[in-house]
Amino acid sequence: MTKRIVVTGIGATSALGGTAPENWANLLAGVSGTHTLTHDWIETYQIPVTFAAEASVRPEEVLPRHEAKRLDPSVQFALIAAREAWEDAGAPEVAPERLGVDWATGIGGLWTLLDAWDTLREKGPRRVMPLTVPMLMPNAGAGNLSLQFGAKAYARSVVSACASSTESIANAFNHLQEGLADVVIAGGAESAIHPITMASFASAQALSRRNDDPEHASRPGAIDRDGFVMGEGGAALVLETLEHALARGAKIYAEIVGGGVSADAHHITANDPTGAGATRAVEQALAQAGAAPDEVTHINAHATSTPVGDPNEYEALKNVFGDRITEIPVSATKASTGHLLGGTGALEAVFTILALRDRVAPPTINMTEPDPAVPFKLSGEPQPLGDGPQLAISNSFGFGGHNAVVAIRSYDG
Amino acid sequence: MAFSNDEVLAGLAELITDETGIDASEVALEKSFTDDLDIDSISMMTIVVNAEEKFGVTIPDDEVKNLKTVGDAVSFIVAGQE
Repeated sequence: MTKRIVVTGIGATSALGGTAPENWANLLAGVSGTHTLTHDWIETYQIPVTFAAEASVRPEEVLPRHEAKRLDPSVQFALIAAREAWEDAGAPEVAPERLGVDWATGIGGLWTLLDAWDTLREKGPRRVMPLTVPMLMPNAGAGNLSLQFGAKAYARSVVSACASSTESIANAFNHLQEGLADVVIAGGAESAIHPITMASFASAQALSRRNDDPEHASRPGAIDRDGFVMGEGGAALVLETLEHALARGAKIYAEIVGGGVSADAHHITANDPTGAGATRAVEQALAQAGAAPDEVTHINAHATSTPVGDPNEYEALKNVFGDRITEIPVSATKASTGHLLGGTGALEAVFTILALRDRVAPPTINMTEPDPAVPFKLSGEPQPLGDGPQLAISNSFGFGGHNAVVAIRSYDG
Repeated sequence: MAFSNDEVLAGLAELITDETGIDASEVALEKSFTDDLDIDSISMMTIVVNAEEKFGVTIPDDEVKNLKTVGDAVSFIVAGQE
């Protein structure tokens, strides 16, 4: 008999706010998290894209200094989001060997690495901090969360670019079903709004160049979209077996019913235009959920606002849902938050969970004229999801051809 | 520029607070880094790197293990100044 896995805590920090409730409120209100950057380095290095969606609450406002300085900014976000989720879950009592961590990042400790490189070149090796490697290593998120919460079952990292934190949730779901743990902290974070990433994504023509109108630059599904907007932050879920959650009287947000993962093997950056890989990931998630495509009532699309990415996702979903794809309420929330890379899947899972709780699909802002090649049912206003049981999917696709989809069902008992 | 004993103690306390969150008032000369202040080896190494920068001294790696108390470190740093 397969175990039922539920969400008992959520946490998030992004351009829309420093907590999950703040994020959700701002998302529903149509706030745009994207603004012109004021860092000197934009000017110094002549970065062609001058805006991004920076986290609105800086980690140094939340973490004590001695704690923050031992952590790469991406891990600072991880800790903040995970702590919120843990408190939200009521700080569950669980044996350390039954608590696991599935944590994601896309790029990881970039800031630490490059700052240390500067220190080495400017001041020599004796000034390079002893904690440099423990801070920059990609597993720093998982390791530090394990340390923070005493999670001894395991602390696994998943790295699959923009699919990372959706994949971490899929992994957590599987790990819980396999009995590796009773409670898992899952999610992801990223802090990569750095000259290097901005310059290189700009060189790849992947970023929007709408420097004169940053708040409206991220416009998934619009005919004049011109690339994605860099975001940052992190989000976390506390996942638990239903049995464990009920035994302790936990508040239950929703049920994770499937986690599909596949690979395109098509191109290192472009996803498969036939959508075949993404289709398989969706089908896998639904199969695990024991659900037919007809039962899906809401989709949080990956929809980064790139010219080629958005239509490819549409094709994939059309394969699964047929003509009904134009009727299912879809939310493309990167319009509001930008693209958090390794953290985006978890943030979108939080939004999907809250969409089910509140029975409302969040708005997709910044729509100008809809692209006929991306005829999703998007709306600039929240879309009611109606009564009755809800089943949603959240998609994430990453450079490297990674596809990850989680299926989330409303929990009614 | 030579720092006095008191200045070195105050400066070192600042570095320790920065690294560990321990209140500066806890950082007294007789306190042991490991036993009293609970400072692990990697934090100690970080404090040493910062102290070298702050006080303009060199604290050789094989000397660090001899600096068992705050007082040992203060004396070493004061003596190490030109």
